[in-house]
Amino acid sequence: MTVEAKVRNFTINFGPVHPSAHGVLRLILELDGEIVERVDPHIGLLHRGTEKLIESKTYLQAVPYFDRLDYVAPMNQEHAFALAVEKLLGLEVPRRGQLIRVLYSEIGRLLAHLMNVTTQAMDVGALTPPLWGFEQREKLMVFYERASGARMHATYFRPGGVHQDLPQTLIDDIGTFCETFPKALADIDTLLTESRIFKQRNVDIGVVKLEDAWNWGFSGVMVRGSGAAWDLRKSQPYECYDEMEFDVPIGKSGDCFDRYLIRMEEMRQSTRIMKQCVDKLNSPDGKGPVSSLDGRVVPPQRSEMKQSMEALIHHFKLYTEGYKVPAGEVYACVEAPKGEFGVYLVSDGSNKPYRCKIRAPGFAHLSAMDFLCRGHMLADVSAILGSLDIVFGEIDR
Amino acid sequence: MDEAIQVDPLVDLGQHIAGALGAAVIEQVVAFDELTLTVERDSIVSVANFLRDDPRCRFVSFVDVCGADYPERDLRFDVVYHFMSPYLNHRIRVKLSADDVTPVPSITGVFRGADWFERETYDLYGVLFSGHQDLRRILTDYGFDGHPLRKDFPVSGFVQVRYDEERKRVVYEPVQLMQEFRTFDYLSPWEGTDYVLPGDEKAKQ
Repeated sequence: MTVEAKVRNFTINFGPVHPSAHGVLRLILELDGEIVERVDPHIGLLHRGTEKLIESKTYLQAVPYFDRLDYVAPMNQEHAFALAVEKLLGLEVPRRGQLIRVLYSEIGRLLAHLMNVTTQAMDVGALTPPLWGFEQREKLMVFYERASGARMHATYFRPGGVHQDLPQTLIDDIGTFCETFPKALADIDTLLTESRIFKQRNVDIGVVKLEDAWNWGFSGVMVRGSGAAWDLRKSQPYECYDEMEFDVPIGKSGDCFDRYLIRMEEMRQSTRIMKQCVDKLNSPDGKGPVSSLDGRVVPPQRSEMKQSMEALIHHFKLYTEGYKVPAGEVYACVEAPKGEFGVYLVSDGSNKPYRCKIRAPGFAHLSAMDFLCRGHMLADVSAILGSLDIVFGEIDR
Repeated sequence: MDEAIQVDPLVDLGQHIAGALGAAVIEQVVAFDELTLTVERDSIVSVANFLRDDPRCRFVSFVDVCGADYPERDLRFDVVYHFMSPYLNHRIRVKLSADDVTPVPSITGVFRGADWFERETYDLYGVLFSGHQDLRRILTDYGFDGHPLRKDFPVSGFVQVRYDEERKRVVYEPVQLMQEFRTFDYLSPWEGTDYVLPGDEKAKQ
């Protein structure tokens, strides 16, 4: 005799303060037993109206808002905004400024990937990687601090170049870090890559076909994991990335484990780029100004301001009125650690942006959550979420 | 001879698209090394389909949908689409104008990634999308009123929230600013004002 059991679907609320929700994500999960039937992410709990605020600020005052988007790799965001403004102004960044930007963009990539790889491991049960990874992040944040005065919210990449030159001791210390970091990375590698549990939780989970990845608006690691050799640093190079030597790792199966492997390899490649930057900064043609010398856009040095009347006037005008940007619209993007971070900037010719749309890679990735999780087990949700590399600052804006 | 061959590939691409789509394309501009097409509102779905599938375009990668507000115009909103072609390595921007009553056809059937981006445009500007499966608000609060990125929406908003100890819940109240909301007009004094400065009313002009 068989008893017919009554089966019903469960709806559970995941987050918004769950530790593996990576911030303030609220997921409504509809479950059939342990199988996920439907996912409805509710976002916006960290919405601060960045785009609205930028419209009421001058171009220079808008820069700090970009640090607060993806706060794991702040300078990469500033970079996209600086590129957009420079495109409208037709401004050229001096070579040393470009090298410093590339160096700090790669430091940002290390910061973001160290965070993501290790916390994703924590989501699937490994507690040691974050402890080891965060030790390295700490050193990188000190590099941020020594360049800009702030560990996270740097406001260092400004339209025209970077704010201040790097002291030689800092460049030497970054060089030393590049020598020691591969060892630390190899240690994390031994903890995870061959770990049976880590593989069981990640291999064949959250598989994305390349066609779907493009269609969903994925970028960065999410398309490279699915096999596209696509990296904006290679295919649409900005700054001096075209003279850097590095490889673009791609995945074969498009699952969470491939994305993990790509992030690990990208960290090794970033270290390689950083080494080249340090060498170039130390060579004679890497010396010179770090910011454009166009006095209509870039404020003069403080020492100069104390001596020259003209510099004083420029200093005053640029920090009150700001500069006017010619009317027009541009889209500028960078290969941020999470994918293509773009800024669509509309100028009406005044000193404030008319419209500044921030295209965050994580927004497109998270929107595919339902597509990625359907049919997976409940426990895979946090593994997939971790491998998307979600940071709520940039998604909610 | 060489000069005749030197055609900007973006101009060429724009002409190819405009030729194939005919009346759907109103205008095509190349500025700052970027190609911008202005299209008819109702033809956006066929335009997106063409851009994705045409062998000379292959804009298979969806990048962005956003709005922009120009209150002085009759059709006050621009809806701006960005697409990218990883195979041919170029980008395109497609624009159309809309208002807050006539819906824009949704391109979620062509690019599934457009789903949240259209929801965001609806949420922040109030542009409606027809054929969208799930046009809910996305970034603003549950039960939020208004469309915050419109130019006539104040930066400080209309409501503020706090936790009320007596009622044991979060309460909504009208915004009270602790100090006056200040916007400085830095632009005028150096170029001459087109209005009367406060205090100057009685001065001889």
